[in-house]
Amino acid sequence: MRPKALVLGCAALATAVVLSGCGSDTASGGKTKLTIGLFGNFGYAELLKEYAAAHPDVEISDRTASYSDHHKNLAAHLATSSGAADIEAVDTGYINQFKATPDKFVDLNTKGGDQLKDRWLPWKWEGSLSKEGKQIGYGTDIGGLAICYRRDLLQNAGLPADRDQVAALWPTWQDFMAAGKKFQEKAPEGVKWFDGGPTVLNAIVGQASVGYYDKSDKIVVGDNKEIKAGWDLVVDGVQSGLSSKLLYSTPVWNTGFKQGQFATVTCPAWQMAKIKDQAGPEAAGKWDVTSVPGGGGNWGGSYLTVPKSGKNIDKAVELAAWLTAPEQQAKVFKSAGLLPSAPKLYEDPSIVDYKNPYFNDAPIGKLFTDAAKKLNPQYQGPKAGDIQTAIGNAMQRVEQGKQNGDESWNQFVGDVQK
Amino acid sequence: MVLMDKTAKRHRWDTKFAPYGYVAPYFLIFGVFGLFPLLYTIWVSLQDRNLLESEAATFVWFANYVKLMADPYFWNAMGNTLSLWLLTTVPQILFALFIAQLLNRKVRTRTLFRMGVILPNITSVAAVTIIFAQLFGRDFGLVNWVLDLFGAGQIDWQAGTASSHIAIAVMVVWRWTGYHALIFLASMQAISPTLYEAATLDGASGRQQFWRITVPLLRPQIIFTTIIATTGNMRLLAEPLLFNPGAAAATGGSDRQFQTAALYLYEQGFTKYDFGYSSSIAVVLAIATVIVAGLGYLVTKRIRTE
Repeated sequence: MRPKALVLGCAALATAVVLSGCGSDTASGGKTKLTIGLFGNFGYAELLKEYAAAHPDVEISDRTASYSDHHKNLAAHLATSSGAADIEAVDTGYINQFKATPDKFVDLNTKGGDQLKDRWLPWKWEGSLSKEGKQIGYGTDIGGLAICYRRDLLQNAGLPADRDQVAALWPTWQDFMAAGKKFQEKAPEGVKWFDGGPTVLNAIVGQASVGYYDKSDKIVVGDNKEIKAGWDLVVDGVQSGLSSKLLYSTPVWNTGFKQGQFATVTCPAWQMAKIKDQAGPEAAGKWDVTSVPGGGGNWGGSYLTVPKSGKNIDKAVELAAWLTAPEQQAKVFKSAGLLPSAPKLYEDPSIVDYKNPYFNDAPIGKLFTDAAKKLNPQYQGPKAGDIQTAIGNAMQRVEQGKQNGDESWNQFVGDVQK
Repeated sequence: MVLMDKTAKRHRWDTKFAPYGYVAPYFLIFGVFGLFPLLYTIWVSLQDRNLLESEAATFVWFANYVKLMADPYFWNAMGNTLSLWLLTTVPQILFALFIAQLLNRKVRTRTLFRMGVILPNITSVAAVTIIFAQLFGRDFGLVNWVLDLFGAGQIDWQAGTASSHIAIAVMVVWRWTGYHALIFLASMQAISPTLYEAATLDGASGRQQFWRITVPLLRPQIIFTTIIATTGNMRLLAEPLLFNPGAAAATGGSDRQFQTAALYLYEQGFTKYDFGYSSSIAVVLAIATVIVAGLGYLVTKRIRTE
């Protein structure tokens, strides 16, 4: 009796294992399950529903992590060839690191990507193109620059609140800091001119003609006078008490929006979605957007990649191509403010005339398409994301009073050239 | 006769080999999940290896270790590790002894208290750290609010070396004290009450009884908890990582003021993708842990037992 029961039990167990093994790959009803790994806010929630409705054979689940967690997890998943989603978003700061190992990703050029090439700005297309000419990702958005500011705080400090007049306050970053000193004289306790030195500095770096690397992938930031001048300017602003000393994309920075701890924040287009998420509905109409000091520049922007370890590569490529098509980029711009990387939209009236109600009906369509057209793309080296982290740490050392500007700069240059 | 012989033979075979069969599952599991990763780490540490390009790895013998010994950020991380080890392990064991002593008395609802002390230990470390990071917030943290009431002013806990170490130590001590207290409590209950009765007759005070009877008799448990706490506290990762969330989390503060060795390993492996170097840090950290645990053993062994 006993052995028989054992055999039956084993058989039942084995069947269960086999059944659950089958069940994990395809959803019930023979649907293909696609996963998509994101960070921050891509504005895809509605689009994914729309795609699933039009493709009944596909079921999509998305997961969102924080910026740094997302990219570190992706690296670990690629290293072990397991665990990556079917589609993985990659930010500009990391794309060079990943395109150095293009074999971990599907070469989209072999899946018809080369025919879609004209959708994107040429520099956006090249940003994810490996040295061997393999295309590892389709561009989503770019990070054209602007400044978001609190109308009420500026007004209370005796500065203009109208966006054209505010823009006239700061043609250059020097003027921006000078306006800040005026603001700070009348600012209430605990409210500062800008959120944190690293945020401002990233915008200035994004506007420089040469960034951290030259085109031969050599790190040249140590001799980059443009960036050093920006550094000195921000250090002066920090030491004049203009900074809330909050590092961007951290919980305390998010709280800063809620508590209204700062009057301005550097606004790459994707920042608007973050502000709306963090400041919440009660701050609607308080925030406004205007043009950035200095020239055009880029900070951030992302790509959708398809890791080779995925099981449904063709369906994933199809979805990635759909999500990054100009029609969908236009929808994302209107819902989340992400600036399209598809130049044909920059002339599209529905984009150019778009105003964002949350930001006091700011004409963000005009503002950001102008910024995109002015944008002079800067070459990004392999570890630009790491260097951006290091310079953020360096600025924090000054903000925390651990080092003076020159000590911290020298330590930063030594760190990145190691 | 023949049949008897066969069963005897089978019996001998059984007693000779069956025990190996019984212990085999442990050794199999230990081999797969313990020994293999250890040896593999040592093997990787001898390579120049990118996390994403394991095919392109080259064998470099001890080059990673040579570089490591001359790396000031590694020594900074080891210094932080030792500082945090001291700040976590010593209070943990002292508080645990104290709490165990309190719980060993006849108090009402003592089962509730005994269960309660283990609660911090079964919570998720990530959730706890995120909450503690908020408590230690610069502008709106509860700790600073309380300090402000006493006129102590605001402390930027993440900024300073000492302040950040204290904040992280508080998280670890809060989490592990109850666990150690339960171990002590269990052995305290095994101490014969006649010892205390005799001591009371001799006129020994409660404090004297604690230090002369309880602590010496707990010596094996104190040695055990010291070693367990050391192996845990020498590889602190989640607390320093989540104490400073954001893109720079892996550096453990703007000037690496609370970057532990485990966090430095994580930074090298998963942000710089230097898998070989990262593995050599793991090996050195393992050796350092054995040495520090040995020191802890030597110190706790000196507790007098007579």
